[in-house]
Amino acid sequence: MAADLVTRSATQLAAALAAGEVSAREVVDAHLDRIATTDGVVADGDVWAAKDAGALGPDEVHAFLQVTATAARGHADDIDRRRAAGEVLGPLAGVPLALKDVLTMRGAPTTCGSKMLEGWIPPYDATVTELLRAADVVVLGKTNMDEFAMGSSTENSAYGDTRNPWDLDRVPGGSSGGSASAVAALQAPLSIGTDTGGSIRQPAALTGLVGVKPTYGTVSRYGLVAFASSLDQAGPFARSVEDAAQLQSIIQHHDPRDSTSVPQAAPDVLAGLKDGLEGLRIGVISELRGEGYEPGVARVYQEALERFERLGAEIVEVSLPHAAYGLPAYYLIAPSECSSNLARFDGVRYGLRVDAPTAEEMNAATRAQGFGPEVKRRIMIGTHALSSGYFDAYYLQASKVRTLIARDFQAAFESADVLVSPTSPSVAFGLGTKTADPIAMYLNDVATVPASLAGIPALSLPAGLAEAPDQPGTALPVGLQMMAPLLRDDVMYRAAWAFEQDLSFDPTPAGPRALAAGSWRPTTADNGEVAR
Amino acid sequence: MALSPDEVRHVARLARLAVTDEEVAALSPQLSDILGYAEQVGEVAADDVPPTTHPFALTNVTRPDERRPSTAREDILAAAPSVEQDRFSVPRIVAEEG
Amino acid sequence: MTVVEFRDGWELVVGLEVHVELATNTKMWCGCSTVFGGDPNTNVCPVCTGQPGALPVVNDQAVRDAALLGMALNGEVEEHCWFHRKNYFYPDMAKNYQISQYDVPLIHDGYLDVEVELEDGTLDTRRVGIERLHMEEDTGKSLHVGDTGRLHGADRSLIDYNRCGIPLLEVVSHPDIRDAETAQGYLRELQAIVRATGVSDARMDQGSIRCDANVSVRRIGDDLGTRTEIKNLNSVRSLGRAIVYEADRQIAVLEDGGTIRMETRHWDESKGVTETLRVKESVTDYRYFPDPDLVGVVSPPEWVEEIRALMPELPAAIRARLSEAGVPMAQAITLVSGELMPWFDEAVAAGADAQAVANWLTGDVAGQLSTEGLTLEDSGLTGTHLAELIALVDDGTLSTKLAKEVLAGVIEERGAKGPAAVAEDRGLQQVSDEGELRAIVEQVVATNAATVEDIRAGNNKAIGALVGQVMKATKGQADPRKTNELLREVIG
Repeated sequence: MAADLVTRSATQLAAALAAGEVSAREVVDAHLDRIATTDGVVADGDVWAAKDAGALGPDEVHAFLQVTATAARGHADDIDRRRAAGEVLGPLAGVPLALKDVLTMRGAPTTCGSKMLEGWIPPYDATVTELLRAADVVVLGKTNMDEFAMGSSTENSAYGDTRNPWDLDRVPGGSSGGSASAVAALQAPLSIGTDTGGSIRQPAALTGLVGVKPTYGTVSRYGLVAFASSLDQAGPFARSVEDAAQLQSIIQHHDPRDSTSVPQAAPDVLAGLKDGLEGLRIGVISELRGEGYEPGVARVYQEALERFERLGAEIVEVSLPHAAYGLPAYYLIAPSECSSNLARFDGVRYGLRVDAPTAEEMNAATRAQGFGPEVKRRIMIGTHALSSGYFDAYYLQASKVRTLIARDFQAAFESADVLVSPTSPSVAFGLGTKTADPIAMYLNDVATVPASLAGIPALSLPAGLAEAPDQPGTALPVGLQMMAPLLRDDVMYRAAWAFEQDLSFDPTPAGPRALAAGSWRPTTADNGEVAR
Repeated sequence: MALSPDEVRHVARLARLAVTDEEVAALSPQLSDILGYAEQVGEVAADDVPPTTHPFALTNVTRPDERRPSTAREDILAAAPSVEQDRFSVPRIVAEEG
Repeated sequence: MTVVEFRDGWELVVGLEVHVELATNTKMWCGCSTVFGGDPNTNVCPVCTGQPGALPVVNDQAVRDAALLGMALNGEVEEHCWFHRKNYFYPDMAKNYQISQYDVPLIHDGYLDVEVELEDGTLDTRRVGIERLHMEEDTGKSLHVGDTGRLHGADRSLIDYNRCGIPLLEVVSHPDIRDAETAQGYLRELQAIVRATGVSDARMDQGSIRCDANVSVRRIGDDLGTRTEIKNLNSVRSLGRAIVYEADRQIAVLEDGGTIRMETRHWDESKGVTETLRVKESVTDYRYFPDPDLVGVVSPPEWVEEIRALMPELPAAIRARLSEAGVPMAQAITLVSGELMPWFDEAVAAGADAQAVANWLTGDVAGQLSTEGLTLEDSGLTGTHLAELIALVDDGTLSTKLAKEVLAGVIEERGAKGPAAVAEDRGLQQVSDEGELRAIVEQVVATNAATVEDIRAGNNKAIGALVGQVMKATKGQADPRKTNELLREVIG
């Protein structure tokens, strides 16, 4: 029973819960058991802590930083009680979820993957957290991430790497790697990540999931610890498009506490979800169609385009002439904002303090010890890009490129309803293989940052499997990115659903599948067939 | 552009990050590489292109001047590394800024 | 601009930066109270203590107040402005950046006309240009613990964020000021305008209006000299003293062949000197950039007119009106700066003579309140009371002396009884009943034969002594005019 529960989608679980076939408590316990056996937590007390990175077993995923077991069980019991009393509950009531540790939640630490915030218990809930609770979605715990969401592999966490359930020697992508791996490892049917330059879409691609960055401003940033305020956006991870749409419907909400929250009604992503591809124009971006991508990725992408055509969509060629400048612009704008956003971590009000004789030295020593190398690099780049004499050439110029990219998109959407590209240039890469070269790591985001800069909605969904170039015979998921105009998340979802139905991709990797059958011996051998 | 070790130290001071000589030596080429890459933005964007700082051009998002309950002092002070007389305590402040 | 010589061959150049803390209910970005003097860290929340993930939302009233004050200062309202972040580390600033405005402030290009009294007593109007008025937020307060109680010598500082995030307006003047009197007049006038518009109580003692002065000197005809910035100016008087001290100091340095350093100096009120606080080695790099957490502020013409319609009568207009009504300028200034106009207007509306009302308000009313330590508001005295009091004097019911006692009585009663009732209750009406008064006069004449002889011999002044006797006998309630008449009649 328990093993069966963890393989079900959120929509399936919600139906079983509504029908009274299973209780919320049973569903939550099944997932907590799953976490206890696969993740590497000390399953003890009200809040389960993750083991120290060095103490993790070789087959432990390390998706969670802390598991709020007692609170989750209490919430589940409360839901069951209210359901029994005849209360009308939300569509996902009783469905468990993993929350990226960058969103605040009372009663549990929020670390942002940083030593800087070790042990910090926020005095308030993020709006997303409030909305989830109001919808009776049960939060299981907080997931690992690149420190302050800066990274593309989750290797920048101060609390150790998260592993990819498709191959535990590989990264799950980042920065929302914990949220991705938790869903891929069947520890939760749903999770919330945040995406600044691709931090939901790229890990979704690398772990075979659906991951969505909604239109900027449709999901409140209140309580999302800021990396780059003009780009950060929370969104869902799920094993199906419909599950993702259900979750997005819950978290997209105008929030008067976030000045950048869009006042317009958010698009209804459920209503037309299953309307099919008929009449949709799929725009293929000339500049993002394969140069520099792994051959396996390029091949799966090509197949995806053929599938669209077969399904009745019209394929059109579009151009984003300035797309190539997206990545350099992003790596100026995001660090600039981050250099200011992270100034508040100074050892005065919360988090780490390293003692020193003066306030200035205390600040500097605290920040030197509390931040990891990538965060420091970005703070330094951003500080320099904003400083006098450089502002015009860096920050301002990058902001102009942002305008050009937004204009490119506007023009492209005149001839296409949805734009597509591969999500990531590569399949999941080996742990430690890119950490020495920051720019090589940044290049992971080349296809995802343009949508971030323009604020438009974008998602990644599985398009098939490709062979790991460094490990013949190992099949790994490849993601397809879809983008839509501002506030047209619905069109993107509709196209993604039709594509998903036709592909019938099994989002469960071999290891998790094995566990569903009663054991947890991750092996890549059975991930799936790769066409050669 | 290259960022010299002295410039790295200057930036670190602005960012209030203590850096060791080894870190400066490592950061100088790393930051130079990243900036060199990012400088491509200078290849496009003419003077007549306005900058974009928000995906949406929202304006006049305000709230009415109505009081909301404040957070309990103990909840705000709970996370502080050092508290004295219900205030956040910091070592002596040397430079006055602002 | 005409050259004003400060010292032999030297000209003084001053620009002022004034911060006004708004009297809104809530802070600039959050719903916490702005009340002064709460227990430390009680008016705080995630937003104003810079908790990770918290976000600012603009207080609508603060923008309205800023626009209103800007227009009162003859400024132009920018149609589209936005907020920037000013990045620098300081423990009393919870986010380690201050949200402010940078290249496009809400208000630009205003001015203030300042009236300065010249040595010959005439008034000269000096126009001081206002470069900008922008919106920003206040910082928290630091308590420096250690031997001195000041920053220097403290071994730690304790931070209270109650003040952090209170809306501030910064009003930046052009360096148009050439003497200390104009600087003081500018600050006084700005304070009066701030109060008139109601955007702040503008109390320097509580820091709700704060002034920094940029001071430089130059030999007449030269380019601008290096300026120093003077902080800790806690009163209009300090401002004047500090400017004169600092200008003399700079002249002495320059005449000695030295140079002025760009620095911030602290005014020590007790020693009467400015001292180096910190040297600005290079221009501080604040790394301003548009705050990505906030959106633009658009002020369409309709909105600007809606705000302008709320503009109260401003001090300069009030003074002009008073002047026309015959009130001397010194009294007019006191009436406006002392916020006495509501009482003035009410009394005049009730039929009292403007000059008489001005005399009372700036004279005895002010004096008595000051003795009692009361505000006019708390005293219960109304403009109508004042008009009644003046009428009682005019019709001879009260002498001026008695009227002062009646005023004291009304204040004592906190306005529960008006002047007529107080006079009646306390038996303070003048004795003007002819029969009663004649009897007293006759007795005084009879008992002061020598003085009476004196008067009959032509010493008219001596009659004063007899008036005094009558007053003594009537406990001051005799009508002096009537007494005089009767004395002359009886003496013959």
